Amino acid sequence: MPFALLVQAQVYHQFYDPLAPVTSTPWLLFTILKMLVVFTVIMVGVAMLTLAERKISAWIQDRIGPNRAGPGGLLQPAADGLKNIMKEETYPDAANMALFILAPMLSFIPALITFAVIPFAAPLSTRWGLVEMSVAQLPVGFLYILAVSSLGVYGVVLAGWSSNNKYSLLGGLRSSAQMISYEISMGMAAVAVLLLSGNVSLDAIVAQQQTMGWNVFPLLIGFFIFCVAAFAETNRLPFDLPEAESELIAGYHTEYSAMKFSMFFIAEYSNMVTASALMVTLFFGGWDIPGTQWDNIAPHTGLKFLLTLAFFLGKLLFFLFLYMWVRWTLPRFRYDQLMSLGWKFMLPLALAYIVITGGAVLVLDMLNVPHGAQWFGISPFWAALGVLNVVLAALVFVILDRGRIISPAYSRLSPRQVAHLRAISARRSVVAPQGD
Amino acid sequence: MPIQVKVLSRPVEDASYVRAMLSGMALTFKHLMNPHKKTEQYPEVKWALSPRWRGTHRMLTDETGKAKCVACGLCPQICPANCIKLVPGEDEEGNRYPLVYEIDEFRCIFCGYCQEVCPEEAIHVGRHYENSEYSREGFVYDLERLTSQTHPVSELWDPADPKGE
Repeated sequence: MPFALLVQAQVYHQFYDPLAPVTSTPWLLFTILKMLVVFTVIMVGVAMLTLAERKISAWIQDRIGPNRAGPGGLLQPAADGLKNIMKEETYPDAANMALFILAPMLSFIPALITFAVIPFAAPLSTRWGLVEMSVAQLPVGFLYILAVSSLGVYGVVLAGWSSNNKYSLLGGLRSSAQMISYEISMGMAAVAVLLLSGNVSLDAIVAQQQTMGWNVFPLLIGFFIFCVAAFAETNRLPFDLPEAESELIAGYHTEYSAMKFSMFFIAEYSNMVTASALMVTLFFGGWDIPGTQWDNIAPHTGLKFLLTLAFFLGKLLFFLFLYMWVRWTLPRFRYDQLMSLGWKFMLPLALAYIVITGGAVLVLDMLNVPHGAQWFGISPFWAALGVLNVVLAALVFVILDRGRIISPAYSRLSPRQVAHLRAISARRSVVAPQGD
Repeated sequence: MPIQVKVLSRPVEDASYVRAMLSGMALTFKHLMNPHKKTEQYPEVKWALSPRWRGTHRMLTDETGKAKCVACGLCPQICPANCIKLVPGEDEEGNRYPLVYEIDEFRCIFCGYCQEVCPEEAIHVGRHYENSEYSREGFVYDLERLTSQTHPVSELWDPADPKGE
């Protein structure tokens, strides 16, 4: 019966353009062009994101934000960049110089190359054939992202260690623990997506959502876990413990200055872009335009390319806004809260969710519930899974809401727990004098 | 000393992270959308100073354009920061006038005692604060500079209600 999913994956090919993909020299030229354009757009976008962050923080705090450099402060990122290039590079005496220089590169490069496999628009038919709109059409796209994004932690840990500074080291340690803890939940949450698409290629995941509907509804809890884990993975508030200005100065990049500091900054923002793009691709249909199949079928004209690109960017910007909105709302988690949320709640939830989703998909397939759109363009499979998820999500939030898992302090102890704690405390008071 | 367990009874509404988070997000979004921002665009828009604002000094002059100061020496006497330098002189008619009158605005603590103590209402603290300089020496204002200031002077008390009743 699981083979039904593989058969289902084949169905998506009906939407593929009969036009053959570009090959040989045009392929090379188009790939180089896409690389240049994507790289430029991300670098400029990251610069603009720093401005957006400052503007949004200002608006949330009833301020205006930078508005002196250029119209509406648009040249502020250029001014910041220029300043950072001109600044003196400082090297701490006690630092391990080779690793100190290597660390910013190690966090910068994985952050940028993760975007390579994300399909950002509908394919475009040209005179030379069909051009797929992602830099690299890796058949193992999602696995590539998991592999490369986990490399980013090396940069942070090495930066923390090589600086030879206690705050940097603490930041690096926290970051390694945090990223490893949440990476597991992130990967587990994405397994549910792979169960539906039957393929790890991001193109196939987008194609599955085009026929069935966006994954955010049938995999609501998966999205919730993925979203929280993505916040933790990118070291953004409320999980910005590696930086934690109020405790660790600036965490792992305390000793860095000038362009090396900027590279950490760019890495953080490009990680945000990639995580947002991933959420869009896995749960919000990628470049899919909702409510119509017009964008998915041949011929792939320039108009379709531009519209789907606009939709992709719109969804991407929404998630980037969410990142900033959350950052300027929520306070930082305590370290033990972060760890207990990651290991005691997110991971068990993600594991249970794989079992539940797998079981539900199996049962629905046994009942021969069709995957494709049927009732008024709604897929019964999608709707059934969605209803199940809404019920489960309600349950999860009721459990989360009881104030035990995340709470300012562990509150609402039952009388039995109080008696237990008092007993422990009484026993200690008897034992302690003898022990010491 | 064993750890004392203090058990706080908190209702779920107070302890819930999810609800607190959602209401926080709603609040920040409301402020995000709020068109009335608090920032003042400083060099273009300036804050209205209180009439009692004590800032950069100003020496008032009489009708002939001479400083009103009679070099009585009360202001350097009362000045807690010791920032007023006064060398008195006397003309042929026996009128005292300041030969040297300098105020170091960098040392000044802007208490306004010099204005309060002045019997001729000559030296005043002013409603003015933009007195940055490129050097420390630039902050020492001589008599010429003090008389050429044009900003309004501080009203240390309300003229309509001098005793503060």
